[in-house]
Amino acid sequence: MAQRASGSGEVLLRLENVVKHFPVGHGIFPGRDTDAVRAVDGVSLEVHRGETLGLVGETGCGKSTLARCATRLHTLTAGRVIFDGHDISTLSRRQLRPYRRELQMIFQDPYGSLNPHRRVGSIIGDPLAVHGIAEGAARKRQVQELMELVGLNPEHYNRFPAEFSGGQRQRVGVARALALRPKLIVCDEPVSALDVSIRAQIINLLADLQQELDLTYVFISHDLSVVRQVSDRVAVMYLGRLAELAPAAELYRRPRHPYVAALLSAVPVPDPDLAERRERIILAGDVPSPINPPAGCRFHPRCPKARQRCVDEQPPLVPRGGDGADHPTACHFPLEPGDDLAHAHAGGDLPRMARSNP
Amino acid sequence: MTLTAPGQAAADAAAVLPGAVRGRGPWRLAWERLRRDPVAIASAATILLIAAAAVAAPAIAHAVGHGPDDQYHDIGLTTAGLPVGPSRQFLLGTDNLGRDLLVRIVYGARISLLVGVVATLLATVAGVVVGLLAGYLGGLVDLVLARFMDMVLSFPYLLLAIALVSVFGPSLTITVLVIAFFSWAAIGRVVRGQTLSIREKEYVEASWSVGSGAPRVMFVEILPNLLAPVLVLATLLVPTAIVFEATLSFLGLGVVPPTPTWGGMLSDSLNFYQVAWWFPLFPGLALLATTLAFNLLGDSVRDALDPTAGRAVAGKDR
Repeated sequence: MAQRASGSGEVLLRLENVVKHFPVGHGIFPGRDTDAVRAVDGVSLEVHRGETLGLVGETGCGKSTLARCATRLHTLTAGRVIFDGHDISTLSRRQLRPYRRELQMIFQDPYGSLNPHRRVGSIIGDPLAVHGIAEGAARKRQVQELMELVGLNPEHYNRFPAEFSGGQRQRVGVARALALRPKLIVCDEPVSALDVSIRAQIINLLADLQQELDLTYVFISHDLSVVRQVSDRVAVMYLGRLAELAPAAELYRRPRHPYVAALLSAVPVPDPDLAERRERIILAGDVPSPINPPAGCRFHPRCPKARQRCVDEQPPLVPRGGDGADHPTACHFPLEPGDDLAHAHAGGDLPRMARSNP
Repeated sequence: MTLTAPGQAAADAAAVLPGAVRGRGPWRLAWERLRRDPVAIASAATILLIAAAAVAAPAIAHAVGHGPDDQYHDIGLTTAGLPVGPSRQFLLGTDNLGRDLLVRIVYGARISLLVGVVATLLATVAGVVVGLLAGYLGGLVDLVLARFMDMVLSFPYLLLAIALVSVFGPSLTITVLVIAFFSWAAIGRVVRGQTLSIREKEYVEASWSVGSGAPRVMFVEILPNLLAPVLVLATLLVPTAIVFEATLSFLGLGVVPPTPTWGGMLSDSLNFYQVAWWFPLFPGLALLATTLAFNLLGDSVRDALDPTAGRAVAGKDR
């Protein structure tokens, strides 16, 4: 997928300042304000028709929540989702139904995402039934075509999910997402629950389908090497916000955000000699709680380059010196060539007292 | 309670396709496990035997030549007016009015099974509907329905049953309704809990993502996953209902005499058990065998549906 020209430039999906908070703790009286997990806290993003946008980040950084906001499985706390020119951010389930035909999702868990009491044929046929596209024998024929398309034996139409392997189940999930011939598929960690040997199969399947059916993907993963392989552009999330967004090759060659650099330095390298020579950037501390995130730049308590400005002011996601317009970074002091993060200490030049408490 | 796999019709349609592969679903697998369980076979056989006796009650009465309410003051009672023991004439002896115990026991099985099954069906339907609505809709509806179920469960049911019966007067209908009323909440609470957890499953989310509406999610995605625990609970509810009916009849609050019921017969025998051991023994054995068979069958059904759960947690977590 990464080999193709990156999209047509036409925006298919636009997220504008998307915010999703989950209230935690129940007050005795409903409606009372309580703390909230700020899972996604102001993300703006454009997905171009025909491209694959990778979305990476650690567990709990809000990737999946953002995916469910983009597909409107969640209601937004604030912000807008514009799909193919239509604002779908406040539509009800019923109003969303026509958009579901063009906006589909592949789920992470190949076990949890298929109802154990239903035959795969009826699961894959669900979208056709819901949208009244095909009934009876016609539906069955279409479902079997879909099964063939994703590499399943159409004769297994009447089997139950438990009779399939993890990789085959994920193919069922892909077939279900394809049934409506959507324009955009949000893949929420589609391979992270699969064996390494199966991952490549599913990724190749997704790549082939993209060619064949002219699909646009948002590909979510915490596996940086997978994302590099499939994506045209990559967005990196940290604690509910975007840290950096860049064409895949550029991001992996020259990350500007210190967090992204640290993340990339943690990717395992197959060559042991290279792995020996390479210096890993070890970040101090843990990811702060999304209930009470740090002020300013959310990465500043762990950042080797942090200064007072990082505490005071939230860095916007804009292109930094020398980068093109398609490579914005949310950092006041992006990395320059020659910066050595591996030997810096967390908190950077920030006096200890000045650091805001995570 | 048939154990056919869901989507049978679709499967049959597919059988036309040459070489079509027919999957073995969770119901089919449970059925195969159940068939290999000797306890399940034995208890099912016992239940079938009792049911057959109940159905054939008039034939049995005809064969022995005694009606259920016929009083044989001459041959059915001793000269002192006491019940006579088992003999060729009265196979299981007679009661205090000279009636044939065997005939009354098989007629009593009709009442027990009828009340047990009908009350269980009513309670199950009510429990599933209320539990599903509470768990699915959540919010205020859930709050009200869940508290109501807790309230029903916390009633001192026997006292309230006595009060209800004394208001409406004892009858078969009121017995069934009273039993159903005090049983549905137990099923409702389990269904609500299951619904709450299934609602959050990824396959429900997947159903929303293809554009399903609420009825489809409720009946196609959630309900089939509730059937297993509901089936187990319902099987275990039958013996409870039977004992409940026997208790009410024993106290004179259930089915009215002279209709033969096991509880009523036990009640009648209270003054005679020292001179007529057969009088309390045979109705008691019938009650014991029926409830035991249903309980063991319920346990087996649970084990078959969820082989990973141990027997020790009987019905607690489902």
